[in-house]
Amino acid sequence: MEGKPIIETRELTKVYDSTVAVDHLNLTVYEGEVFGFLGPNGAGKTTTILMLLGLTQPTSGTANVCGFNPVREAIRVKRLVGYLPEHLGFYDDMTAVENLQYVARLNRISDKLAAERIEEALKIVGLSDEAEKKVAAYSRGMRQRLGIAEVLIKEPRLCILDEPTLGLDPEGANRMIELIQDLSRRKGMTILFSSHHLGQVQKISDRIGIMIEGKMVAVGTIEELAREKLGVDRKEYTLEELYMKYFQEE
Amino acid sequence: MHGVYTVFRKELSDHFSGYRFIILFALIAMLSLIIVYMAGMGLREQLEGMVKPKFVFLMLFTTPGAIFSLVQFVAFFGPLIGLVLGFDSINRERATGTLSKLLSQPIYRDSVINGKFLAGVVTIAIMLTSIVLLISGLGLLILGVVPGVEEVLRLVFYLIISIFYISFWLGVAILFSVLFRGIATSALASVALWIFFSFFVPLGADIIANAFIPVDKETSTIERVIKHAQLQRAISLSSPMTLYSDSTGVIIDPLRKTTRPLILMGAMERISMKRFEGPLPLEQSLLIVFPHITTLLALTFLCFGITYVIFMLQEIRSA
Repeated sequence: MEGKPIIETRELTKVYDSTVAVDHLNLTVYEGEVFGFLGPNGAGKTTTILMLLGLTQPTSGTANVCGFNPVREAIRVKRLVGYLPEHLGFYDDMTAVENLQYVARLNRISDKLAAERIEEALKIVGLSDEAEKKVAAYSRGMRQRLGIAEVLIKEPRLCILDEPTLGLDPEGANRMIELIQDLSRRKGMTILFSSHHLGQVQKISDRIGIMIEGKMVAVGTIEELAREKLGVDRKEYTLEELYMKYFQEE
Repeated sequence: MHGVYTVFRKELSDHFSGYRFIILFALIAMLSLIIVYMAGMGLREQLEGMVKPKFVFLMLFTTPGAIFSLVQFVAFFGPLIGLVLGFDSINRERATGTLSKLLSQPIYRDSVINGKFLAGVVTIAIMLTSIVLLISGLGLLILGVVPGVEEVLRLVFYLIISIFYISFWLGVAILFSVLFRGIATSALASVALWIFFSFFVPLGADIIANAFIPVDKETSTIERVIKHAQLQRAISLSSPMTLYSDSTGVIIDPLRKTTRPLILMGAMERISMKRFEGPLPLEQSLLIVFPHITTLLALTFLCFGITYVIFMLQEIRSA
């Protein structure tokens, strides 16, 4: 494949009480690619992401993110990885800039450098005009874009975006998808994102992984999966057909 | 340390810019000024035409104005400062989703809780210090007496113990905000614990002691009465409020030589009470309440320690 692995998990497992959330997961994501992470709700995508960031301890198995073990070297991993949580939150009584400044300080970015990066990040996500507004006045779409700006000011090597298009109207979702594509192309960031908008995933992902009930049932480029599963080379298949096929089999 | 400092700075500015702090400060300042004003006026009347007693200034804090003296007032209602500052510190962040954001930044997880606790302690310290200064100013005006060095020192110790006492309640509030997901639940739980320790334990101590060692005035032997009093005291000492009011009572009032009730004093203690009626030097006052202060400190650290462990082990899910 292209490049060297940036995420590598070996038999990664997480058990909550008696339910297995992630079941012996072996996943490799390569530097520079856009990886679409698919699966129904409750399939274990968020749990996997939390384990990659060291926010949850795996029950067994290991992970390697940017060359570090998220269990023992969580701080180093968090320094290199930008994470957009599924339910992202901001301090509503602070302005967008103040929110970003706080994150910059937590990342030990000097105030001067942070000011430059914040300006740039807000420009990229198209929030420059609303920069001094309190976040309480932001719409869902604006908050989501502010979340991306927050990830950007860290200048991470790897972005993990958990449902970045969740709750957005079609136009907002398209903007978000274009934004993600732009980041990957212009900044060369590796992006792992999960989503339910299959059409959008198809549009921008280099490779996809489908996770069902804690297991990764398919990983590869869409063409590869289509050939393997639908047995066709026709061009008019959609990711949706493919996804439903996997889903029915499980 | 960097993470702690960043969280600390943000939390502190949140405290000072929030309405919560302003309302709390206004309320406490207003009540304590009224109490001290009434106490001061009462003192002035009583001392009319008398030779000035040695520690007039401190009497401002110990003389009951209408119902409460200031020291009693802080013992009862001071905990509310800590509770109000801390009851939603973690679970609000969890509810708004900012906690997972914070924890995905390159800081140690304990920085969040340390920063928040420190910011609360500093807020409490600033609040109490300014109130004591305000009161002293008012006292100067009313009494026209300048406090001596020892009085100032005693006030400083009083302040320090008060800050620890209220920090204990801040720790309790933060503990509940870690334990309970609901903000209303943690608020209710902390108020319930406050009521339990401040009202139930001191009142209930007598009832429980009566249940175990019943005494009546005619038939009980002295040993029995003493046992009863010992049990009652042991129970009421489990309340941080008793620890606090006992220790500040002795610190602020140089004439108090023991925290024990008359019945529990030893023979030597009684003799020395009779022989030396003068005030105690500060070191001796401190020595008497040293166990109380240590226990109070230990409780604060214990509470913070429990919070710390629970928070470190907790699952951080965004929803």
